[in-house]
Amino acid sequence: MPLLKNGSLVDDPWISVADGEPLPAEGAIIVSLTRWQKERANLIARANGLGVRLAAADHAGAIAADLPLLALIALEFPTFRDGRAYSSARLLRERFGFKGELRAVGNVLRDQLLFMHRCGFDAFEVKDTAAVDEWKQAMSEISVFYQAAADGRATAIQLRQQRRPQS
Amino acid sequence: MYRYDEFDAAFVHQRVEQFRDQVARRLNGSLSEDEFRPLRLMNGLYLQLHAYMLRVAIPYGTLSSRQLRALAEIARRYDKGYGHFTTRQNIQFNWPALADIPDILLALAEVEMHAIQTSGNCIRNVTADAFAGAAADEIEDPRVTCEIIRQWSTLHPEFSFLPRKFKIAVTGAPTDRAAVAVHDIGLKIVRNDAGEIGFEVAVGGGQGRTPMLAKVIRPFLPRRHLLSYLEAILRVYNQLGRRDNLYKSRIKILVHEVGTETLTQMVEDEWALIKDGPVELPAGEQERIGRYFAPPPFANLPAEAPRYEAERHRNEAFAAWTRTNVEAHRQQGYAIVTLSLKPAGGVPGDATAEQMDAIADLADRHSFGEIRVSHHQNLILAHVPRADLPDLWRALVALGLATANIGRVSDIIACPGLDFCSLANARSIPVAQRLSERFRDLDRAHDIGELRLNISGCINACGHHHVGHIGILGVDKKGEEFYQITLGGSSAEDAALGALVGPAFAADQVVDAVETIIETYRAHRRTGERFLDTYRRVGLAPFKESLYATA
Ligand code: HEM
Ligand code: SF4
Repeated sequence: MPLLKNGSLVDDPWISVADGEPLPAEGAIIVSLTRWQKERANLIARANGLGVRLAAADHAGAIAADLPLLALIALEFPTFRDGRAYSSARLLRERFGFKGELRAVGNVLRDQLLFMHRCGFDAFEVKDTAAVDEWKQAMSEISVFYQAAADGRATAIQLRQQRRPQS
Repeated sequence: MYRYDEFDAAFVHQRVEQFRDQVARRLNGSLSEDEFRPLRLMNGLYLQLHAYMLRVAIPYGTLSSRQLRALAEIARRYDKGYGHFTTRQNIQFNWPALADIPDILLALAEVEMHAIQTSGNCIRNVTADAFAGAAADEIEDPRVTCEIIRQWSTLHPEFSFLPRKFKIAVTGAPTDRAAVAVHDIGLKIVRNDAGEIGFEVAVGGGQGRTPMLAKVIRPFLPRRHLLSYLEAILRVYNQLGRRDNLYKSRIKILVHEVGTETLTQMVEDEWALIKDGPVELPAGEQERIGRYFAPPPFANLPAEAPRYEAERHRNEAFAAWTRTNVEAHRQQGYAIVTLSLKPAGGVPGDATAEQMDAIADLADRHSFGEIRVSHHQNLILAHVPRADLPDLWRALVALGLATANIGRVSDIIACPGLDFCSLANARSIPVAQRLSERFRDLDRAHDIGELRLNISGCINACGHHHVGHIGILGVDKKGEEFYQITLGGSSAEDAALGALVGPAFAADQVVDAVETIIETYRAHRRTGERFLDTYRRVGLAPFKESLYATA
């Protein structure tokens, strides 16, 4: 699966390990929340990067205390219509202060990239390499934002207030 | 009225171009219908029985005359010369071509309108009391709140893929003309003991196959916390609302399943963490938006208007119209006038392009260029000097818009039904037409008094049958159209869901059945009782008896 990060396709150093699959001897790995909770002590002992994958139904709060140990959180979109991961992403960034990679996995489509980016995602498993151009378009087609989110883009209200210092 | 500034204008234009690109990708096949569907839905584009249907938002039901003329032009150019005003203060065009949609959206953007979030599983166009800013009993103009919510909810990155659609309504007056009890969130502007303005927040109302009235989860929310509280409710719903079953995915089901108390606690817990955070409006913003809704420059008129009084004495038809279609205004010397889109035998809510143009002219002449759309599918001129009423009435008579039936039996709400809708079990419009023909005699209609008759073509309840004083629901019986009748519903401040009176009626019996119900009411009513009052006193039994005893 190509990985889109900061607008370009990058090599993905992470290995996503399914539940029940043996862990690779080394390398950065992503495991499910269940596996993390079960094998936490073993996993922490590994030398390489650790990431956890949250299913759409998993609550971000379940991993909050362990965030300092993690370099990556992957949030699943089982279908693009399932919007639960948007809330998880904002909570991870805005409430729990997660600074690592926040990766969108699953049914990740071009027309949702802007919403995802606004909620704090910075990496996207995309279906093909056309994603680079699509990303550029998706990031540039709308420039007015009506609500604060996890991306730090200035909102229309902030811009209006700057324009009118006194009123 | 709210006016777009450069940010809003840039936004809607970008949005048009974005959709133009999406349509192009759909037409060249790079988007599948499944992938295109949510994108077109977020731009109000449905696929119906015969064609695409475009639903255009009329935020909080307020239109300028310029906007109404633009809608007339769209109806003429891209549709069959008419538009359909809906129960959610939107207008629908039933016959546009997919390839024309981007140009239609551009024409809308030119007059500060759009179709954003009129469908799809997102926060829909926020609705309000159609008498906002004019009603005599208003605490505060609800449109200020609606505009704040409109902006906050527009392309909300977290809440654009909710379990299901999400509808918010706001009333600024104790008399509820916005049906807040049957919305996902109903906000009622209230004043607390200290005289501060805030909201009573109710959650989990809705119609459809599991109708429910909203439960109050907070009796008083200080106004400045509006957005953080909404964000808390939406976040709880986005995370916990059911996604496994389409019919159980509205917030009303979540409220029902976890219980009002638990839901309230979850919302309050979430709110405690985001209250006073970046989502709140900064100081001054409420007032800035509020200024757009400042009252129009009313003249200092005397309470009495001799021209109006004289005409009322001389002209019984005019007098009858003033009794049903004219309401008290908060400003002395002014009145609120409802234009009936329910002529006998007509399609409820339809207006032709010519009518729209003419209404726009009348609004310029008599009502500060402003038009409202009510959730009863009528249009309103909200600020008419009483002395203008005779002239206005004559003009409306000529346009077929002066039927004196507002709040009467023929002021029917009806969904598109089987004539347009692919989900329908039965036709709604022809039933509405036959009923309004049967009760076309206005003296009789006035004798019957206030009555809300609502018709839906299937259990989705787009025609609000659950909250009609008399509700009619189209059902399918072995391939034939049948109609169930419910009694006792209300969408006003005394909100209630109707109760089924008994077995369904065939299409050729339903009008007679309604007549029987009305005659039963007349036989039982006490002086001053509306249909609803009598029903509440006597219950279903006498109606059952007269409907089914002879059968
Ligand atoms: C013809 C195309 C239409 C389709 C396919 C359609 C579909 C639906 C569906 C599926 C629901 C049930 C939603 C649910 O329970 O989650 C619904 C509810 C509703 N629709 Fe429509 N509808 C259409 C037209 C309209 C029109 C023209 C109006 C306004 C006159 C309207 C207003 C409503 C309202 C007020 C509800 C009830 C909302 C609630 O469940 O609380 N719809 N519609
Ligand atoms: S109530 Fe049913 S028939 Fe009527 S418009 Fe809604 S979905 Fe269609």
